[in-house]
Amino acid sequence: MGSMSAMRPLLLLPEMLLFAGGLVALLGGSFLARRRQWVTRAVAALTLAGCAVIAAVHLTGPARAAFEGTFAVDTATGVARIIAALGTLLVLALAGDEITHSARESETYALLLFSTTGVLVLAGADDLLVVAVGFLLTSIPLYGLIGIARTPHAAEAAMKTYLIGALFGILLLLGVTLLYAVSGTTAYGELGARLAGAPPSVVAAGALGVLAGLMFKAGGVPGHFWVPDAAEGAGGAVAAFLTTVPKIGAVVAAYRLVAELPTALNWPLLVAVLAVASMTLGNLAAYWQQDPRRLLGWSTVSQVGYLLVPVAVAGRSDLALPSLLVYLAGYTVTNIVAFAVTTALPQRRDLESYRGLAKARPWLAAALVVALLGLVGTPPTAVFVGKLTTATAAWDGGHAWLAIVLLVNTLASLFYYLRWVVPVFGRGEPAERTLPGAFQPAPWSTAVAVWGAVLTLLLGVAAGLTWDVVSRGPLL
Amino acid sequence: MLSLIVFLPLVAALVLVGLPRVPDATARWAWVGVCAVDLALVAAVWLRYETPPDGALAFEEQAAWIPGVNSSYHLGVDGLSLPLVAMTAVIFLACAVYSLRERDRPRPQAALFLFLQCVSLGLFVAADLILFFVFFDLSIVGMYFVIAGWGHNDAGRSALKFFLYTFLGSLALLAGFIGLYVAADPHTFDMLALAEAAPLDGRGLAGGLVLAAILVGLAVKTPTVPFHTWLPPAHTDAPAVGSAVLAGVLLKMGAYGFVRIAMPMLPEAWRSWAWVVIVVGIVSVLYGALVALAQTDFKRMVAYTSVNHMGYIAVAVGAAGLVATDTAQARAVAVTGAVTQMVSHGLITGALFLLAGVLRDRASTYDIDSYGGLAAPAPRFAALFAVGAFASLGLPGLSGFIAEFQIFTGSIAAAPVTAVALLGILLTAALFLRALQRMLTGETRGRSLRFDDLTAPELWSIGPLLALSLLIGVLPRPLLDVIEPAAAVVVQLVGR
Repeated sequence: MGSMSAMRPLLLLPEMLLFAGGLVALLGGSFLARRRQWVTRAVAALTLAGCAVIAAVHLTGPARAAFEGTFAVDTATGVARIIAALGTLLVLALAGDEITHSARESETYALLLFSTTGVLVLAGADDLLVVAVGFLLTSIPLYGLIGIARTPHAAEAAMKTYLIGALFGILLLLGVTLLYAVSGTTAYGELGARLAGAPPSVVAAGALGVLAGLMFKAGGVPGHFWVPDAAEGAGGAVAAFLTTVPKIGAVVAAYRLVAELPTALNWPLLVAVLAVASMTLGNLAAYWQQDPRRLLGWSTVSQVGYLLVPVAVAGRSDLALPSLLVYLAGYTVTNIVAFAVTTALPQRRDLESYRGLAKARPWLAAALVVALLGLVGTPPTAVFVGKLTTATAAWDGGHAWLAIVLLVNTLASLFYYLRWVVPVFGRGEPAERTLPGAFQPAPWSTAVAVWGAVLTLLLGVAAGLTWDVVSRGPLL
Repeated sequence: MLSLIVFLPLVAALVLVGLPRVPDATARWAWVGVCAVDLALVAAVWLRYETPPDGALAFEEQAAWIPGVNSSYHLGVDGLSLPLVAMTAVIFLACAVYSLRERDRPRPQAALFLFLQCVSLGLFVAADLILFFVFFDLSIVGMYFVIAGWGHNDAGRSALKFFLYTFLGSLALLAGFIGLYVAADPHTFDMLALAEAAPLDGRGLAGGLVLAAILVGLAVKTPTVPFHTWLPPAHTDAPAVGSAVLAGVLLKMGAYGFVRIAMPMLPEAWRSWAWVVIVVGIVSVLYGALVALAQTDFKRMVAYTSVNHMGYIAVAVGAAGLVATDTAQARAVAVTGAVTQMVSHGLITGALFLLAGVLRDRASTYDIDSYGGLAAPAPRFAALFAVGAFASLGLPGLSGFIAEFQIFTGSIAAAPVTAVALLGILLTAALFLRALQRMLTGETRGRSLRFDDLTAPELWSIGPLLALSLLIGVLPRPLLDVIEPAAAVVVQLVGR
């Protein structure tokens, strides 16, 4: 255990940096005048950029464990760090319209950084207790972020998220307790071997509890109830964040957990069922939504289903981990672009009110189409590469049916994404009753939408390069 | 060279989109210019083309793309794809010329069609399944915006139906591709490697399922009965140039998939299921013709004749799967006929849809009975319409005859029952002659009054398409010399 017992605190530099950045933003904000709060935004942006750079540097080195083997700094962690940091950076950019000069500006940035720290902890956790810490660190700032908008909807969404989060947090801790009770350890390195001889029913109950907690964070079935409400009720930037970044940590953590579990129970099948339930339910519920953000909220539930597909074949296909990371990268950018369009036009909370956008603002409309077709998985966007490789991984891992279900759900999802595209390219102006005036997109969000859309296309076309990065090595 | 041909239109499209101050006239002429240059490049490729050795392609280009799943940027042409590449370039040029008088947002229209041209050409030269799929899917996206943006009547709904239906096809296709990838050892998406390995041979059920997925995908796009229901509304509500591209080029993607993907990569499954393909083909031929006969709307009628004409292709490729030692040559003739039919149908139907566009432009209706005696006020229109109709019904001396003659020669030799499909020719002849008689002859009446004859752009877009059909009908050898070796290779691959 020589290599495992080392502390190596510097390996956690990205997490520490983010947390420190959050503290600086929080404390600094209280000393700054409202007009000068932008300084905290700059601090947060620099922190996130620095975090991504350090993560990239770590990624070029060998995979190592920190804090006595409880935290893995391998390819999965490195890539998740980069995606989460850059994703939050994009959210920060589109927050420029909505949050700037608001009453809670620096607090918002600080909470975003704290929550992102939790996401990184989750992604690298190689120990059940670290998973629990990551869960709490991601969740608690999130409750505040949802409620910070101070509208009745936001308050309701925050309350709902808090209650469901508390319930699933308890399930997670209960699961950790059970697994510890039968194995005597919480570290993944030994957990797998020790669980093999434990009573399967207890192992199943414990692992289910942990998985359920992670599904709350990811926003997948069965912990998905808060997602559409939070997406609708919270501010636009927060909605973009909470439907995107927490998934990164939660899904990677689920992958690590499933890879450890003993084969006595049919884990792949269980995860596959969760995947199918998430994608199907999310798609069906999204069908008739009129509010674009609520529609996107349900769409993210279905996306969690797709993200769980490689988790179901963890360890059974060489493609599983790289395809998961590629999908996460593509999904993060694409989903933020879609939300950026809604924050560029925050008054338009009805699909019909987008009528005529293509004529008035062709670039914004183009970005929206790229994002929505990207979420469907149309080539050559980044999500297409993710969907292709996850479906291939499922088939390769012996779950051909799962690949077929994924494709069928993709077809089903096309319909509701097109429900949004149709009015955008439709003729005429928005109907009077939904009309919030001429299209006046907010500048920061528009920039994020357009350049983000370009980025999703580049990620898809240059998929070979991305693939090189994400397939550098297996889990530690 | 192939990359240049494929991406030149895309670059032009991006330039047109990126420069908002381009005057409309400049955009229209730039579109024509780019198409002409692209066609010239294709002509240069054709002139330098030499039949590649078996299992290889001419003008091959390969670069790593997603090495993790063994998918590469791999292009090349052979006797199956080169004629379709040339046909595509011709049809897009014709559409560009036809649109020289377009007043409805010509700049974005030009950009959209240039984008469509890029993906269509890319599909025919792709030698990697994922690359093929990328272009296949993007052709759907592009055509959706053509119909939704420039269509008429219930265009939004038709476009949505088109998108959902053909997207179903593309996902079925993707499932099949993944099945091929997983079955191959080593895993690969490369078309040449998969055709050589035929990875699912000897695995009856898996091979059958993968073929079923691919067949559904291709049958939706082709389209054959019973997957054709998206076609008539899409055509009826699409703009003239959109219909020409949809029928002329996009339908060929499905048919091309049969000879490029399904037959060489799944030979055993193809042989087992050949009868299903033949039956679907015969049903498409007869059903398409009968429904076309019942139409009163000219454009819908032409749309249904597409189902009929694509049915011949299904019959031919199905017959090619009925392997027997003494019919190898006949089956090669059938496949040659099928590829010739793809080219011929593209040219003729493209011309007919552009003529339908003239009807709508002048009198805002496709209703056959609203016209009568058109020959008097519009002799040029009448002449081109007559040539197009005769070409479509398979009159000797035009390309349709060359194609269908070979299809039937080959198919009947391999499976005499396919002679039933000959009835389709009879029915198409009847419906076209009836339409000619009703619309062109007799007393000038109804919407035919004050019907302006073809303008120069219309004449110079529709005319060359039919002239090419005539040229192929009279001098088929240059085309057949390119197709025949490739058809023989396909037949040999299916028969192994």
